[in-house]
Amino acid sequence: MDRRKFIKSMAVGAAATAVPLNQSDASFFDTFFQKYYREMTKEEKEEVVQRLEAEYKAKYGKDIKVGTEEHIPGVLFGYALDLSRCIGCRRCVYACVTENNQSRNPQIHYIQVLRFRRGTSEGEHWIAGASGVSNLEESVKYYDPPLVPQEEHFYMPVQCQQCENPPCVKACPTQATYKTRDGIVVVDYNWCIGCRYCMAACPYDARKLNWAEPYIPKEQINPVTHYLGNRPRMKGCVEKCFFCIQRVRAKERRYPACVEICPVGARKFGNLLDPSSEIRYIMAHERVFRLKEELNTSPKFFYFFSI
Amino acid sequence: MFDFIKDMLRQAFISKKKEYYLWLGFLVFLIGLGAISYFKQYTTGLIVTNLRDQVSWGFYIANFTFLVGVAAAAVMLVIPAYIYHFKPIKEIVLFGEMVAISAIVMCIMLVMIDMGKPLYAWHIMWTPNWPQSMLVWDVIVLNGYLMINVAAVSYVLYKLAHNEEYSMKVMWPIVLLSIPWAISIHTVTAFLYNGLVSRPFWNASIIAPRFIASALCSGPALMLLIFQIARKVSRVDISDVAIFKIAELVAYTMAFNLYLYAAELFKEFYSASLHMAPMEYLFYGLHGHDNLVPFTWMALFFNLTAFIVFLIPKTRRHFPTLNLACILVIVGVYIEKGMGLIFPGFIPGSLGEIYPYMPNAEEIKITIGVWACGALLYTLMFKTAIPIYLGDLRMKTPKLEQIRK
Repeated sequence: MDRRKFIKSMAVGAAATAVPLNQSDASFFDTFFQKYYREMTKEEKEEVVQRLEAEYKAKYGKDIKVGTEEHIPGVLFGYALDLSRCIGCRRCVYACVTENNQSRNPQIHYIQVLRFRRGTSEGEHWIAGASGVSNLEESVKYYDPPLVPQEEHFYMPVQCQQCENPPCVKACPTQATYKTRDGIVVVDYNWCIGCRYCMAACPYDARKLNWAEPYIPKEQINPVTHYLGNRPRMKGCVEKCFFCIQRVRAKERRYPACVEICPVGARKFGNLLDPSSEIRYIMAHERVFRLKEELNTSPKFFYFFSI
Repeated sequence: MFDFIKDMLRQAFISKKKEYYLWLGFLVFLIGLGAISYFKQYTTGLIVTNLRDQVSWGFYIANFTFLVGVAAAAVMLVIPAYIYHFKPIKEIVLFGEMVAISAIVMCIMLVMIDMGKPLYAWHIMWTPNWPQSMLVWDVIVLNGYLMINVAAVSYVLYKLAHNEEYSMKVMWPIVLLSIPWAISIHTVTAFLYNGLVSRPFWNASIIAPRFIASALCSGPALMLLIFQIARKVSRVDISDVAIFKIAELVAYTMAFNLYLYAAELFKEFYSASLHMAPMEYLFYGLHGHDNLVPFTWMALFFNLTAFIVFLIPKTRRHFPTLNLACILVIVGVYIEKGMGLIFPGFIPGSLGEIYPYMPNAEEIKITIGVWACGALLYTLMFKTAIPIYLGDLRMKTPKLEQIRK
C-alpha cells in the first residue's frame, strides 16, 4: 500500500467511526449538520427521512418507513395501570422491545416491572421489610420464578410517566428532548448529545442510553417507525418510552404495544381531553395515584386498583 | 513580536535540565495511555466504562466536580492579592490563575469525554435550553471563567514583557469580575446537582455552600504544594510569608467546611427518613454493598487530621507537617466531593436499585490522561511565564541570555 492510499484509508476509517451508521463521507456531513427536528421545514423533514430510510435499508436490508406524523389536535394522551390485575409476566416489556426496535445487545428495556412483597404471610414479613410502593428500595427488578404471579407478591411496572412537568426536558441542554402537544415527551435522537443529564433528572429511571452501537437482528426489525419514536437509534443517544408514537398518531389510531399485549387487561390508554374515554372513566371512578406525586412532575400515568 | 513568540516557545520546550524532559516525557506517556483508552471508548461507546443506566455519571463527572473547585479556589489568592494588596501573595497570584486555567481546561475535557456523542456538542450553542438547563449555565460560566483568567494572565505577562507595571485600571474590572465569577462556577456546578428532584441526596440546599467551602480548602492546598515545587525548580521567589498566610486561610475555610458537613450529617442521620439511604451507603453500606465505606471514613479522617494541623500555628508553619496536611486535605476533598458526592446520587437509583459502581481501568486511565494534560499545560505555561516574570525574557530583547534586572 502506498502512502497516499494508506492516508486515505485512515481518513475513511476515522470518518466511519464517527458516523452513527457507517456511510459514505457525504452522508457523514449530512448527518453531522442535520438540523434540529423542530426547526426543520416540511421539505427538510422529507429530505432527512429519505436519507434515514436509505441508511436503514443499507443497514437492515429492509424498507423501513420513518413517519413524521404531527400531533392530533384535541388529544392529550394518558395512561392508566391497574395494579390489582398486573401479574408481573413482563410480556409488556418484550412487546415494547420488539415494537420499538430497542437494542437487544446491549439490552434496553423501557418498562421495568418492580416486584414488592406483601406483608401478610409468614407472620414476620411486615417487620422483615415488606412495604408499600413508596419504598422502592424494597422492590426487586430481577425476579425469575417459573410461574407468575407469585403468592405474597404484587407487581408495579414503571416506564416513562410522560410528565406534564418533565424534569428531563428542563435539564436537557440542547432541547433535544421536549414535550409535544399531545403530551408525549420525545427525543430527537440526532440532536441528543448523550450528556445524560436527563437520566440524572428523571425520578422514574425511564431514560436509557445506548451505551454501545445498538444491535437488532435484521429479521426482527419493525419497519413501521416514527422519527420521534422507534426508528433505529445510534450509539450514544438517550431514548425512552414515547407511548408508541408511531401507533397512536397513525391513521388507524392503534393502542401502544404494551396495552395491546397485556394478557390481563391491566393497561389502559386514551385521550385525557375526551370525557367519554376509558381513561377519564378510570380517573373519575377508580382510586388512582401517581408515582412520586410529591415531586410535582405531574405524570400522565395513573396507577389504580380495580379490586 | 515574532521573535518574542519564538523565544517563548523555546522557553517552553528547551531546558538545560534533563529532569524537565523526563517530566514532559512522563506526562506525554500518560496522555498516550489515556488517548488509547479514549479511542476505544469513542469507537465502542461508553460501554467500555463501568457506567450503566443505573449510575449514569461516575468517575469523569466526579473528577470534573473536584476540578471546578480547584479552579474556583484561585479566588483565594485574588482577594488578598488585589483587594488587600498583600504583597507576597500578589507576586504569586499569576501562578494561581494559571492553575485555574489548567483546571478549567481539564473540566472541559472531562465533560466532553463523558458525552455519548461528543461530536455533536455544538448543539448546545445552536439551541441552548437557557435559562432552564443548569448545564447550559455551567457551559457559560466555565468558559467565561476560562476567558477571564486567560485575559488576566496574558495582560500581566504582556505588561511584564514590555518592562512595565500593569495598570490597576485594567486589572480592577478583571479582578472584580473574577471574584464573583469564581464563586459562580462552583455554585452553578452545585446547582447542576442540587436542582434535581429525582436525587434526594443532591436535592439539599447545603450542597452549594459546601461546594464552595470544600473548594476553598483543597484548591489553596494544591496551590501551596505547586508553589513549593515551583520555587524549588525555578528562581521564582515565593516567600514563606505568602505560604503561611495561605495556610492560615485554609484553617478558616476548613473549619467552615467541617461545620457544614456536620450540619448535613445531623439532618440526614437524625431525621433518618428513606432519603438517608445514600448517606447510609457512604458510611455503613446498604444491603451488603459497602464499596465506598472505607473511602468515606478515610476522607473524614483525613479532613479532620488536616484541620488540626492547619489550625495549630506551629504545625502549619513547619513544612513537613504542612505538606502532609495539604496532601490529606486534597485527598480528603477529592474523595468527598468526587466519588462521595456523585456516586451516591445514583445509589440507590430512583427506582431503588443498587448498582455498586466503581470506575474500571479504562475510566481511570482516561482520567489520568486528562490530569496529565492539565499538568502538561501548566508546566508549559509556567516554564514560559517564569522568564518573563523574572525579567529574563523581554519583548524587545530577542536574546534569551539577558542579564536579570
